[in-house]
Amino acid sequence: MTSATTLARGASGSGREALAAVDNRPSRRTRALAMLALFGGVLVVWELAKWLGGDPWRIHTSLFGLPIDYEHFPPFKWRIATDLALPHVWRIVGTFFEPAQRNGPPLAEVLFGNAVFTFGEAFAGFVMGAALGLGLGIVFAQSRTAERAFVPYVVASQTVPIVAIAPLVVIFLPIGWLAVAVIAAYLTFFPVTMGALRGLRSADPRAVELMRSYAASRVEVLRKLSLPSAVPYLFASFRIAASASVVGAIIGELPSGIPYGLGSSILNFKQYYVSGPEKLWATIIAAAALGLVFVGLVRLAEALVRGGRGSLVR
Amino acid sequence: MTAAVVEIRGVSKTFTTGRGPITALEGIDLAIQPGEFVSLIGPSGCGKSTLLRLIGDLTPPTAGSVTVNGKPARQARLNREYGMVFQAPVLMDWRTVQRNVELPLEIMGADKAERARRASAMLDLVELGEFARAYPWQLSGGMQQRVAIARALAFDPKLLLMDEPFGALDEMTRERLNLELMRVWRQTGTTIVFVTHSIPEAVFLSTRVVVMSARPGRISKIVDVDLPQPRTVQTRELDRYFEHITTVREALRRHEGAGPPDERDLEAIRAEGVAG
Repeated sequence: MTSATTLARGASGSGREALAAVDNRPSRRTRALAMLALFGGVLVVWELAKWLGGDPWRIHTSLFGLPIDYEHFPPFKWRIATDLALPHVWRIVGTFFEPAQRNGPPLAEVLFGNAVFTFGEAFAGFVMGAALGLGLGIVFAQSRTAERAFVPYVVASQTVPIVAIAPLVVIFLPIGWLAVAVIAAYLTFFPVTMGALRGLRSADPRAVELMRSYAASRVEVLRKLSLPSAVPYLFASFRIAASASVVGAIIGELPSGIPYGLGSSILNFKQYYVSGPEKLWATIIAAAALGLVFVGLVRLAEALVRGGRGSLVR
Repeated sequence: MTAAVVEIRGVSKTFTTGRGPITALEGIDLAIQPGEFVSLIGPSGCGKSTLLRLIGDLTPPTAGSVTVNGKPARQARLNREYGMVFQAPVLMDWRTVQRNVELPLEIMGADKAERARRASAMLDLVELGEFARAYPWQLSGGMQQRVAIARALAFDPKLLLMDEPFGALDEMTRERLNLELMRVWRQTGTTIVFVTHSIPEAVFLSTRVVVMSARPGRISKIVDVDLPQPRTVQTRELDRYFEHITTVREALRRHEGAGPPDERDLEAIRAEGVAG
């Protein structure tokens, strides 16, 4: 479970980064450089920790006929820096290209297939959650009473840990992608509800008066003013929901016992962690990458939708 | 005399706030005839905007009655009998200029061809025909406000309510738009109620200036502006123009006690004097 929690934090963190990048609009190059610098920094800290407090290692080889024999004994002994807890970066990179099982395809291929499967579930969950969230947001936006009466339930639903809900859903629904998608939807409807509620209320109060002066009906105000005003808020919440849906799908896969998906990879590699810790790390990277790809797709959709309305340039 | 477009009888308006009730308007009686251009002017807090909002049924009166075209204000609003222009253009930036002007027509159920015809006629009226396909954020503040005027006139209302429509614009743009509004008013024959706190603007535009005082908001004087029509650039150089400005300013000052007149108005008048 620890790995899943790390994953959750990592995924939502990257979502927020993407959000900030859109709002401040630094140049593409600055962004790429900053991302590379952070990535490089993490690698340096990672290997530095291993150099200082990891397991001893030895190089015994020859280069151009020159024998090399080097042994490194780190001055400290930290539990978190052992090869079991923190495999070398090159071990993790290398494991992508090694077969996951004897005579099987390379791990990268296995993880890619599983990531595609998990994406399917996450996407279905995202669509269901977004539809539910938007519906609830529209209902709550109609009256303060509805908002005050029902929003606490929505908030409460999110304080129940998803790991407690997931086994129940798996019992209620036939085991399969649908149950997993429902679990993903459970995590995605919340940010969309809140984003929709805020966005629908964000319309210029003078524009609301203008609609009143036209004696516009509630539905017309919603269609012609509130919903279009909510679009930027909706997409911000969609980005959060996209990364949350990946987390939800992976957590949903854990108790369902489906032999596909990144969740099954996590269970599998956790079980054999002692013999190949780098495989679990590789799976975590695959999951984070899936989250990034999903958030990227949402941003692409936003550019298409809002670009057509001309708001992107604003 | 024909029936009044706007008839306000014994209207008062009290707002309840955390610190007790505040009387915004008290004992207001006013009748506005078809084709008139009436300005409401007064210090901030005199309730001039509130009075405009009462006419538009955007807020109900505490006492008294407001009728528009012989109907209660609420009924007139439901019948869509007036157009509204605010200080900010309040355009929807996801719609093109043309589609912004079409908005009230869409809500009123006009078909596509009719909407397009009316919208381009109105955009031509405010001389923005070539910007029909632009987005609001591509236009200057003055152009945006002209789009808002085109939108308010799109469904051909008999009454136009304007709440400090040029208040956020620079002096030069404001004077140009004043001229343009005069032309629109002559061409459409619409009755206009116009809130402002610029004395020269009120005098230049109006057939009548309603001077209001604050705490509580009351009508302190109504000035008939008998300047010749059409109002042009030369109007601002007439002696009568300055006399009316003085009359309005004194009416404002009388009820302000010893308070100094609005600095912005003073500056505007000084600029006028130099120009004349």
